[in-house]
Parts: sequence; C-alpha cells; structure tokens
Amino acid sequence: MAPDRLTLYQIFAAFLVIGATSIGGGLVAYVRRGLVTKRRWVDDPTFVQMLSISEALPGLNGTNIAILAGDHLRGARGAIAAIFGICLPGALIMVAAAIAYRSQGDHPVVAAMLATIAAAAVGLSFSVTVQLGKNLLKRLSDFVFVGLTVLFVHGLHLSILVAVFAVGGLAIWWYRPRPSSREVTSQ
Amino acid sequence: MVVPAQAEQQGSDVAMRQLPALVGVFAYLSLLTIGGGMSAFPEMKTLTVDVYHWLTFPQLIHFFSVGQLAPGPNMMMVAAIGEWIAGPLGALVVVIAFFLPTALITFSVGRLWNRLEGWPWRDVIQRGLAPVAIGLLLSGSLTVAKGAVTGWLTAFIAVAVFGLLLRTRINPAILIFGSGLIGLFTYLDRW
Repeated sequence: MAPDRLTLYQIFAAFLVIGATSIGGGLVAYVRRGLVTKRRWVDDPTFVQMLSISEALPGLNGTNIAILAGDHLRGARGAIAAIFGICLPGALIMVAAAIAYRSQGDHPVVAAMLATIAAAAVGLSFSVTVQLGKNLLKRLSDFVFVGLTVLFVHGLHLSILVAVFAVGGLAIWWYRPRPSSREVTSQ
Repeated sequence: MVVPAQAEQQGSDVAMRQLPALVGVFAYLSLLTIGGGMSAFPEMKTLTVDVYHWLTFPQLIHFFSVGQLAPGPNMMMVAAIGEWIAGPLGALVVVIAFFLPTALITFSVGRLWNRLEGWPWRDVIQRGLAPVAIGLLLSGSLTVAKGAVTGWLTAFIAVAVFGLLLRTRINPAILIFGSGLIGLFTYLDRW
C-alpha cells in the first residue's frame, strides 16, 4: 500500500464512482469493494476497524467510512475529497428529483409507483435492521435495551436525543468495565 | 402571470427566511443518525411535517422512496427536502448542515479512537450503544412503515421484500425497481 502516492484527484474520483454506482442501499459494501477488493488502498482489518468506529458514531456508516478512509489515505484533505466524491452524485440526483416532483409529483402514476417503492423501502429498512441486529445483539439485556429505545421513541414520543442519553447511558453503565470481567477477557 | 417578478421575489424571500431553521433542524438531525440514517427519521418527520409544516407526511414518504432509487448515502433525500423548501440554495444548505457536523465528529474521534485502544471504556461505549443504535433503526423503520403501509398491497410488498432480502442474496435495487413496476401496473389496471 502506498497511500502517500495517491493524489487528491484519485481519491475524489474513486469515491465519486462509489457514490454514483451504489444503488439499492448497502453503501458500506460498495466502499469495501472499491477500496479493499478493487484498489487495495485499505487492508481488510483496517476497514473493519473503520467500520466499527463508524457504527458507534453519529453519521451514516458510508460517509463516516469515507471520512476515515480519506484521512487514512491523504489526511484531512483526503477526507474532504472522499466525502465530496461520495455525496455529489446522489445529491445532484435528489435535487433533480425534487424539481421533477414539483412539476409531476401529483400525477397519479407517479403517486402509484412511489407508494409501492415506499413499501419496498420499508421491507429493506427492516431487513437492514435485522441483519445488523443479528451481528450486534448477543444477550437478553441487548434486546431489553432495543425495546427500551423503541419505547422511548414511539411509546413515550420523547426526543431521540433523550433516548440516546437515557438508554445509551444505562447500557454503557450495565456493560461497565468490571475488574473480574477484564481478567476473564485478558486470559 | 401579471406580477410574476414580485411574486417570485416574495417566494424567494420566504425561502431565504427558512434557511436558518433548515440549518438548525438538519444539523440537529445529523447528530441523531446513530446506527444509520434511519435513526433520525422519526424526529425528521416530527420536525419537518408537524413542527415546521415544510411538507406533508405523504410527501416526506415520497422523497424517502425516491431516495431509495438514488445512489450514494441513503439519506441523500435531505437534498430533495432542501430543494423542495428553499430551492437549490436550500439543498446546498441542508446537505452541508446534515453532513458537516458528523463529518467533523468522525474525523476528530477517528484520530482519537485509535489512541484510546486499551482504554476499557472504549469497548464498553461501543458495546452499550450497539443495542441503542438497533432500537433507533427499528424506530425509524416503524415510522416509515406507518406512512408507507396503507393497504394490503403495500403490506404484502413490504413483507415480501423483507423476507426475500433476509432469505436470498438478491440485490435490493432489483426489488425496489420491481416494486415500482407493480405500482405502475396497478395504475394502468385502474386506468
């Protein structure tokens, strides 16, 4: 790997291609294929490390990974090139979509197609949640925290920020480092 | 069409006055995207539809649907919302407000994170936030479902797509486009 020899233009172009071709969700998989498999700019353990940081922080996983990979490849300017590249195609398409929607959005055929697409998007969204959950939820307490979060947001209609601090704080305290458990993991 | 210049002027003034609120709302929503963009969706619905009345819930669901057809980050629908409310400048402002705060956080924490290796709380924070992130994603999915599942056909499509994505390795884009075709056929059928 020779990150120093990459130009900002190369980084921007690579992320522009990812941002323009990653249709159907699963942006992280496209980034992995572009950076790890195709170009070998990032090795797999580094990518997994970046993914785990991206998942713990606010921000979309795909754009967070773009920031971390861009920084890894060319520092702050690499991160800027990466996020511009990955966002630009989708942003332009969505602006064009909004302009088209303003003139044609109330057409019944558009409404009929968007209704079924929205239904498919619901299925996609739940499947992403379940797939992530399979990897991340291990103990009964995990499921309790999931339930509490949903209850805070949907049952009590509290701000999501309240749910994050209340349930997140409780969960972090629940899994707090204990001397005994640290000994077990270090063995 | 008698005084278009004046009407347009007033329209753009209204749009300009929305810009500070757009920045505030989308910068705040940006901080809620823990686990994924969907985590911010319930609050996005509350703020854009119920509080600011920038668009209706069906319109928000429409932008969400179009967003599934576009490449790149899945919440790029915010660019369409910005365009809808305040034109191209609105789109630019919203995209910056929505992506810049978390970009800065990720950039700084990413550099710090590697140095914190071995700090016991690092893994605990990650461990504790994981179920919260799943809960937020689930809440976001439920909010979209409330707006998008309106009858037996949409319920069937949602369940079918969910099942197919979990059971097979089919590309979600095919299912999204296929569902759009079903919508087209239902329209042609009625017509």
